[in-house]
Amino acid sequence: MKSTLAMTCAAAALLAAGAAQAEISGGKVKIGLLTDMSGTYSDLAGPGAVEAAKMAIEDFGGKVAGVPIELVTADHQNKADIAANKAREWADAEGVDVFAELVTSSVALAVSEVGAQKNKISLISGAAASDLTNAACKPTTVHYTYNTRSMAVGTGAAVVKEGGDTWYFLTANYAFGEALERDVSKVVIANGGKVLGSSKHPFPASDFSSFILQAQASGAKVVGLANAGADTTNAIKAANEFGLTSSGQSVAGLLVFISDIHSLGLDVAKGLKLTTGFYWDRDDASRAWSKRFNERMKKMPTMVQAGVYSSVMHYLKAVEATKSDDTATVMKQMRDTPINDFFAQNGKIREDGRMVHDMLLVEVKKPSDSKGPWDYYKILRTIPGEEAYGTLADSTCPLVKK
Amino acid sequence: MMELIGISPQVLLGQLLLGLINGSLYAVLSLGLAIIFGLLNIVNFTHGAQYMLGAVAAWAGLKFLGLNYWWALILSPVVVGAIGVLIEKTMLKRLAHVDHLYGLLLTFGLALIFEGSLVHWLGVSGQPYPVPPELRGGVNLGFMFLPWYRGWVVVASLTVCLLTWFLIERTKIGAYLRAGTENPALLKAFGVNVPLLVSLAYGYGVALAAFSGVLAAPIFQVSPLMGSNLIIVVFAVVVIGGMGSITGSIFTGLMMGVIEGLTKVFWPEASATVIFVIMAIVLLVRPAGLFGRA
Repeated sequence: MKSTLAMTCAAAALLAAGAAQAEISGGKVKIGLLTDMSGTYSDLAGPGAVEAAKMAIEDFGGKVAGVPIELVTADHQNKADIAANKAREWADAEGVDVFAELVTSSVALAVSEVGAQKNKISLISGAAASDLTNAACKPTTVHYTYNTRSMAVGTGAAVVKEGGDTWYFLTANYAFGEALERDVSKVVIANGGKVLGSSKHPFPASDFSSFILQAQASGAKVVGLANAGADTTNAIKAANEFGLTSSGQSVAGLLVFISDIHSLGLDVAKGLKLTTGFYWDRDDASRAWSKRFNERMKKMPTMVQAGVYSSVMHYLKAVEATKSDDTATVMKQMRDTPINDFFAQNGKIREDGRMVHDMLLVEVKKPSDSKGPWDYYKILRTIPGEEAYGTLADSTCPLVKK
Repeated sequence: MMELIGISPQVLLGQLLLGLINGSLYAVLSLGLAIIFGLLNIVNFTHGAQYMLGAVAAWAGLKFLGLNYWWALILSPVVVGAIGVLIEKTMLKRLAHVDHLYGLLLTFGLALIFEGSLVHWLGVSGQPYPVPPELRGGVNLGFMFLPWYRGWVVVASLTVCLLTWFLIERTKIGAYLRAGTENPALLKAFGVNVPLLVSLAYGYGVALAAFSGVLAAPIFQVSPLMGSNLIIVVFAVVVIGGMGSITGSIFTGLMMGVIEGLTKVFWPEASATVIFVIMAIVLLVRPAGLFGRA
């Protein structure tokens, strides 16, 4: 009798589990994380981003809506074709439900396209080009952490207001650099400044002396670095070496990550103003999460890595709430739920896929003001989400009903 | 003064000088490659990694042992050169009699191992290495601001190039080396220790790479991948100059630095490819290279 009861209970449990699983394809939720594991962007994304995704899955308890969560990762080497092929393979053969991270704008544009074709969600954290939620927007794409426009508004406007009204750009010669230069130019001109010219340098480049010299010759008050990672740090070093700052010009880093500041050292980077989507030492929640990250990675998270955790978490919560991994259902739930966590305040995903949240304008501390390792930024101002990303009316995304 | 296609002569002069500075780094690197290829017939794809090891050794020496730049300039090449000798003795020696391709694959694999392990240790963003206090600041030349350190790079590189040329073309050891590549058996018959000579030649070529790595350390971030892009350019320089030609590699190194510098003014987007375009043209017109013997 006892055993029959047990059998019945087990059968009922199985049925219940079966019912819960009915909505989840393949009996599990599979996250495919594509990032740069060993190239130029591997410090700002890379292994740290993988760890952040793992933390999100662990914190969720390894299971969502009764099914296990699985993480697969691949190194896209900053090449759009490799990334797109991997994404296609994952979607077709391995039942991946969602693509995450996707640093490098050319990669993100390619994978976002694949995601739209295969009806899979793309959670973009590392890539910057604002095109992702404008001309190239997709119903399946969420651009989560930051974009070129938010960088432009924060840093560009602040610098022009302080009198830096003539600009010369050093621009990485690919989708992201072009987008950043375009977005910052708009902000500079809107604030009454002028753009005197730009040099498009190869990506990646190591010697910036030649471009610095051209920037010096232009006579512009501000040299804007529309590049990222090692290109930015090398350009800042060259600017220091060739006395750019001592001759009255100043450098504006338009996309600088905390990993770049760490590698430059405060002595070289001090005084630099930059915009970021996240800083570990902002409030108790950000400090608590970053401390856990630091214990695992032996360094503080960049905004990209923090954004990976937050975006994966937001996705998993949506799956849990809807008990479904259907793309349209989950996307709707994600859009309908505001995001308030250690990463984002007043976060909201718009129709065009842009996750709008508050950004921070910060200044790099002098070595004497820094109290310890990773104490790098002084927060100057919180930029409200609408100001940083613009309103929906500004978006050129065809999905936005006007 | 008149302007040349919208570029002021000041900018042009500055770019020429910068080109010369970069060119002198190319010259030391391609000289090392040319020696290794000319004397050992090895296509040394580890050269970029060895350049990086030189810079990393300088950084590690400063950070962990407190050795300053000038010590690094001497010790890094010695240490990295010794690693080179070890690689030659244990691995490359076995490939001396087979096709070039095997040496190329081995050295390429070694480069990936060196770079991969250091990425694991240091990450890719790199570590800062300060300019030595004696060479901080610079001088205003009127058309540009020249940091003392960049000037020093040219002086040091050209001195080393000249000494190396002298060593190989004008001394007895150099004569042995050259004889060893032409006819090792005959040289052995005269009682010369040819295997030792070959190991030393490889070690010297590697030391040159490490030397330029130390020179580059204060200019760029010391990062595990700093050599991986450079190596391809330097190979193109060696091919243009003529594989194995000592003088060819020095002159071509300087020339390519200048051409690249000018390209950065007139058509910056092409500056990463201009050297390869020149290489293609040279290979079509003079397959043995500008200074090579056909």
